[in-house]
Order: sequence, then structure tokens, then C-alpha cells
Amino acid sequence: MKLTKDQLMAALFLAPSLLLIAIFVYGFIGWTGWVSVSNWNSLMPDMSFAGLKNYLYLFGDYRFQAGIRNTIFFTVLFILSVIVLGLSLAILLDQTKKGNAVFRNIFLFPMALSFVVTGVVWQWLLHPSTGFNRFLQVFGIQPKWYTDTNILAGFQWGSIEFGLPVAIIAVVIAAVWQMTGFSLAMYVAGLTGIDEELREAARIDGATEFQIYRKVILPMLTPITMSVIIIMAHISLKIFDLIYAMTGSGANFVTDVPGVYMFETTFRGNYYANGAAIAMIMLILVAVFIVPYLIHSRRGTS
Amino acid sequence: MLKRSLSLLFMMVVISLLVACGSDSESSNDAADENASNEETDNNSESTGSGEGGTLEIFSWWTGAGEEDGLLALIDLFESKYPDVAVENAAVAGGAGTNAKAVLAARMQGNDPPSTFQVHGGAELNESWVAADMMEPLNDFYEEYELMDKFPEELIDLVSKDGNIYSVPVNIHRGNVIFYNKAVFEDNGISEPTTLDEFMDVLQQLQDAGVTPLAMGDKEAWTATQIFENLLLATLGPDDYRNLWTGDVAFDDDRIVEAAEYFKTILGYVNEDHASRNWQDAAQLVGEGEAGMTNMGDWAKGYFSNDLELETNVDFGYFAFPGTTEDFMVITDTFGLPKGVEDPELVKEFLNVLASAEGQDAFNPLKGSIPARVDADPSKYDEYGTDTMEDFQNSNLTPSLAHGSAASEGFLTKVNQEVNIFVTQQNVEQFIEKLVQAAGDL
Repeated sequence: MKLTKDQLMAALFLAPSLLLIAIFVYGFIGWTGWVSVSNWNSLMPDMSFAGLKNYLYLFGDYRFQAGIRNTIFFTVLFILSVIVLGLSLAILLDQTKKGNAVFRNIFLFPMALSFVVTGVVWQWLLHPSTGFNRFLQVFGIQPKWYTDTNILAGFQWGSIEFGLPVAIIAVVIAAVWQMTGFSLAMYVAGLTGIDEELREAARIDGATEFQIYRKVILPMLTPITMSVIIIMAHISLKIFDLIYAMTGSGANFVTDVPGVYMFETTFRGNYYANGAAIAMIMLILVAVFIVPYLIHSRRGTS
Repeated sequence: MLKRSLSLLFMMVVISLLVACGSDSESSNDAADENASNEETDNNSESTGSGEGGTLEIFSWWTGAGEEDGLLALIDLFESKYPDVAVENAAVAGGAGTNAKAVLAARMQGNDPPSTFQVHGGAELNESWVAADMMEPLNDFYEEYELMDKFPEELIDLVSKDGNIYSVPVNIHRGNVIFYNKAVFEDNGISEPTTLDEFMDVLQQLQDAGVTPLAMGDKEAWTATQIFENLLLATLGPDDYRNLWTGDVAFDDDRIVEAAEYFKTILGYVNEDHASRNWQDAAQLVGEGEAGMTNMGDWAKGYFSNDLELETNVDFGYFAFPGTTEDFMVITDTFGLPKGVEDPELVKEFLNVLASAEGQDAFNPLKGSIPARVDADPSKYDEYGTDTMEDFQNSNLTPSLAHGSAASEGFLTKVNQEVNIFVTQQNVEQFIEKLVQAAGDL
């Protein structure tokens, strides 16, 4: 096979970035994987092979189990809220053409902040003895927000109580506040992409406004919903900055997540191998979502 | 034609960059040496003829108000004595030293140590860098500058391993202090408790008076660990408290169960929103009179006087943690000499300034700590400082667990986790069981 000049040039130009990605992304994933099966659990590297010892330790560990539980509930609540709120707001905006742009921008603004800023602000807003509770005092309710240590519908599972940690709801509120604008923008784009003629056709066929949305528009928005789910899932499975700035790992680890645990055990406790094992588990969790999506979208394009 | 030569040029730039990166990461050793020799030549050209010169890189996490001023005063003092030396203040901010420690670990593992670095005396020094054989012993230095009798013996023990001394302490903080609101105590006719039982009575009295008895801010778990370590010191006494860290006292000892029971009782008297606060927020509750007391290391004194603008012994008072009045939980910042630095003699000159009474008196009044030397000038310190300096010389010195002096960071991380669980679950039996498990990492 003979390469044309164009192909040769293309390969040359791609080479540096391929090489960099190979080293700094995949190379280091490999390195992390190697560390995670080593005995490097003190300041000085010890790369002797430990098998799955670090993984087994984690699966029996109270804090790690709590972190996984919190991640599951955080992810589910976060994605559901972002989709429902984003879609509702997008439909409302779609209904009224007036002031559309203004509101779209207002809802998008929180996206411009970093999670750290959001975390600090919501930490004070939902502080049990200052923030929002001063207002709720009028009604005689004083939620404990992120300091609540209750687990709803909890049952013993492993060494932890499995159920919905009430404290995580406070974190979900902050995350939803920030990310709803994103799903809103996605849905607005999706809605504008739907041809007005389709709606007209449905109307002529005698469909009500509600039926039009249920039978025509929502099905057409499915690809957008898929994208939102994937993007939000990889944000929430890897979440670190929001939790770290807002609540820390929380009393009894009710707001702990694997990212925070990884950081603390690696850089405070010097358990490098344990930290690497947590990182690998997080990678697998994210891959469970991303890989099928990538395969699916590749099939779609080719 | 032009296009092609441009793209070729671009490729060459990229490739040469890559090659540079590659050699750098493969042999950071060589790179470090290269840097070192570059710096040397730079300095030689800067200070030709003086014979002295060189660079000194001081690594610390002192970037906050007060502590940074102290560090800069030290550097000024050093520069006035060695005008030819370029001092580089390599402080890393954030995370109460966590970020700095991560950077330090990376540099030490890559054989690129700073000239000298901040490290807490005790396990944080001995069980890590000394155990890894990366520090130079300083016995000769101590003898040369006649420092052996300038520091308390127990303090020198804290920075020694197997008979060798590895660092120079610059300051002392005390961890077993309770700060209280004077007005709250006076209004309720409460006097300072000295035993744990008196302490329990005071907690109840404050509770009855409708005040939060003890303010705690355990958003970061070490503040709760600090209460527990003081209880351990109280129930075990200084000797067995020290033996705990050498493994001579087991973690299922009755007195440790007793400490856990006291801890549980105390947790019944803390502010409800403790998990949302840090230690400053907790101290604020005491300053405002919403809470009676708080246990914190004496850096909180600076927070009371400077940030809350309260007057010592008028608005707020202090006493040693009940049951530990004869003891002094030591948190000491020290500086050592890593192996493989370019100019060890220069580092020793700096350590000498750091160790001198002049240096310690320049640093500590600004940082709000007391000098580690026994012969510093008391007139430079405030009321709290002179009080503490006296206690320091007349108490049993014990290493703090919560601040990395008593045991390795790995063990501490696990204890912090168990304490965090205990604060909510308050299951003494399970807590002791977990401590025994964690003790394997001691």
C-alpha cells in the first residue's frame, strides 16, 4: 500500500497529539492500574505485586461502601432532577417567545461558575444555623441539610446502612442549581430543531397541545436526553470539587464520595496503592456509562 | 513549497519538545542535577568574588496571616546576615499543609529535595523521611552550635531517631488547651475545671444554663481527634500515652475504653451543627457567648485576639484540658537537612539562624507561638505567650496524634475516619475494635 502525500502529512500532524495522549492519558491510566496492585501504601514507593489486596480492602471498608452508596443516590437524584427541570424550563421557554433569550441566559449563568464557588455559596445557604433556615424559622421547620445523619429507608448492607442519605439531598440541590442550565440549553436547542410543520401536522390531525408534546416532541428529544444523561453521569460519578468545598466527607461519611476519599487517603494518609485502586474503580464506573454510548454513537455515524 | 517547509519546521519544534520532556521524566535525577549546576553557575556569576553566595530554598505551608509574617521576618534576619545568598520562599498554600506535603512527597521521591522544609517533630519526620533514609543527622550541628541544652530534652527526643537528631524546632504550639468565654463562666458562677469529673460537671452546668457547653467544628475530623487524644492523655497519663505509640500499651486497654466513654459523654454536649463548622466557626461561637468552651490548639488564641478582637483574660480565658494540667501536648514545626541538597553548609547556616534565640524571637511573636528554646526573651511575648512558656518548661511534653507527631500519617488518617464515624454512631465497642485494627499501621 502506498500512502499519498496528504495521508503522510496527516499522520505526521496527528503523531504528536497521539503520542501525548498515549503517554499522558493511557500511559498514566496504566501506571495507576499498576500502582493499584502494588504494596505502595507509605511515602516511599514499593512496587511489589500485591494482587487484589487493595481492592478487597476497599470493598470491606466502611468509608468506601458509604462513598459508593452516596454516589449512587447522588447520581440518580441529580440526573433525574436535571432532566426534569431542564426539560420543563425548556418547554416553558418554548411556549413564550417573549423574553426567551433573557430567561435562557439567567438559567445558564450558574454554569459559568466553578463547582468550588457553588459549593462555598450553598454551604452557607444551607448551613443549618445561618442561611436559609433563618427564613424557614418563620414556618417552624429547621431541616439539618447536609449535617443530617439520617439514612432514609435504610437497611444493613455490608458494614453500612444502605438507603438514601438525607444529607446528600443538600448537595444535589447545589449541583442541580448549577447544571440545570446546561440541560435547559440542550433541550432548547432540541426544541428549536423540531420543525414547526410537524406540530402543525399534529394539530391538523386533532392532537391537543399535551398530546403533541407526549407523542411527537418528547420522542424526538430522546437523543438529547441520552446525551444529557451521559454527560451528567460522568460529572456526578467523578464529583469532587463541589463536595470538597461544600461539605467535606460529612459526619459518618454521609456526603463522602470516592473522589474525596481517593484524595485524602492518597495525599494525607500516603496510601498510594489504595488511592490508585479507588481511581481505577471510578474509571470503571464511568466507563460503564461512556463505553456503550461511544459504541452506540459510532454505529450511528458510520 | 513554503507550506511544506513551514510544516517541517513545526514538526521539528514539536519533536524536540517531546525529546526534552522524555529525558526529563525518565531521569529526574539528572534533570535535578542539571538544574542544580545551572543554579550554581548562575549564582557564581551573580556573586563573583564573595566566596559565599548560593541559593536557599525554604519549603513550608506558612502562607496565612501571622505565620507568613513570621517566616518573612526569619528570612529578613537571615538575609541581613548573609546578603549574598538568594533565599527562595517556596511556600505552598492550602489544606492545612496537605497540598504542601503532597508537593514535598513528589519532590523527595523524585530526588529533588528543597534546601530545607517544614515538618512537624515526631512521627511526621521520623517515620517518613528519616525512616526512608533521606535526612542528614544533625548531631554535629547541635554540638557545634551548643544547642543540646537550649531545647528541652523531651523535645530533642521528639526530633531524634535511634540516637540521631534530624531537625531543628522553631516553635511550639500547645494542643491541650480549652478556651472559654469569661462572661459565660462568671454569669453562671463556674470556675475552671482541672479534672475530668469537674469538666463533666461544668458541661452539665452550662447545659442547664441554656448555653452550648462545648463548641466543636469537625467538618474536618482532626478537631474531634484532638479532643480524643487529650482524653487519652488524661486517662493514660503522659508515660502510658507515649507508650501507646510504641505499641507497649494496647488499644483495647481499659483506660482507652474509659477515654472513649468520656468522649461519648462530651459529644452529648456539643453544638448540633458541629459537622458544618471548622474550628474557627466553633471558636466564634465561644467568642459570641453562644457556647461556653472549645478545645483547640493555641493557634486559636491568635484567632480570638486578632480576628474576633477579644481581649485575653478579659473576654476569653484558657486552661489546660482537664486531667492534663501537668502535661503539654506539643505541636512543633521543625526544619531539617535533606540528603542530596547542593550546599549543606549553607542550609546549616540557615538552621543556625532558625535555632538562635534571635531567630526564634523574630518568628514566634508574629506567628503567635512560643519559642522552642528555653532561654528566649519573655518580654517579646504577650500574656498568653509568657504563661505558656512557663508551662512548657514545667510540664511533661507529649506528642500530638492529631498533628502527626505521635504516629504516622497513615495511622492518623484511619483514626480520623474512625473518629468521624464514632462522633455520629457513638458505639464505643466498635470504635475500640477499629482502633485495634488500625494499630497494625502504627
